[in-house]
Amino acid sequence: MPVFPRIYLYRRVLSAKRYIEENYHLPINLDEISGEAAFSKFHFVRIFKMAYGKTPHRFLTGLRIDKAKLLLQTGMPVSGVCFSVGFESVSTFTTLFRRFVLQTPAKYQQLQLARKMQMKVSPLKFIPGCFVQKIGWAKNSNFQ
Amino acid sequence: MITRLNHVSVFVLDQDSAYDFYVNKLGFAVHTDAAMGPGMRWLTVCPPEQPELEISLMAITEGMMFKAGSAAQMRALVSAGTFGFGVFECNDLLATYEELKAKGVEFTKEPTREFYGFEALFKDDSGNWFSLGEKKG
Repeated sequence: MPVFPRIYLYRRVLSAKRYIEENYHLPINLDEISGEAAFSKFHFVRIFKMAYGKTPHRFLTGLRIDKAKLLLQTGMPVSGVCFSVGFESVSTFTTLFRRFVLQTPAKYQQLQLARKMQMKVSPLKFIPGCFVQKIGWAKNSNFQ
Repeated sequence: MITRLNHVSVFVLDQDSAYDFYVNKLGFAVHTDAAMGPGMRWLTVCPPEQPELEISLMAITEGMMFKAGSAAQMRALVSAGTFGFGVFECNDLLATYEELKAKGVEFTKEPTREFYGFEALFKDDSGNWFSLGEKKG
């Protein structure tokens, strides 16, 4: 197996990333994480960004927003989603959500629930016509 | 003039298992998951930073798309690693390799510097293989 000296740095950064992924819903102190990864904060942020294309803080926020999107799709109230994914105030959550998704959480939820409902009623609207024809789903009028 | 690719099909042995692989291991997002009746499901996923490209995880099952014989042949070919469906890109190949390997993704080629770039090869849970390269510049 080839030996890559950088691999040891990545393993440390990876364990920090996994820590964030497993604890995103809790208050996370990125200073502590960089310490646990045995890096200075500056070095940690630099290596993390090199590996994952974004700073740890941006990664954590993006992860919380992604998890929030999934919970909103289930119909959970916005405030419940906010606290479930680790944000401490609904206004901060709403501001960040709008910045990332370009919609408020409430609007996003409304559109996603409507989409889900339509997917149940008219699934063919979500599938390219060529596949519908090839697979033969167009013959089944229940999907129309 | 063709301007974009927006759907690509990957044939898989089992959609539930493929869902777990592409979503929970590769970190892709589910775009559409629509039940089409007993045993039929339209499932597409997208790479995290490419939501406009839907990868359709098509089950190889006997029925409208595959006749009994061809479904069995196709399953055998996929299992044998016959098909390579594309090249994925990441910011940092070594970091991504470590991460995916830790999640149980099977690599058939470790990160290697080739004349055309830095790449690794991995297989999905069905046997389809992909190249994973590092973003240039």
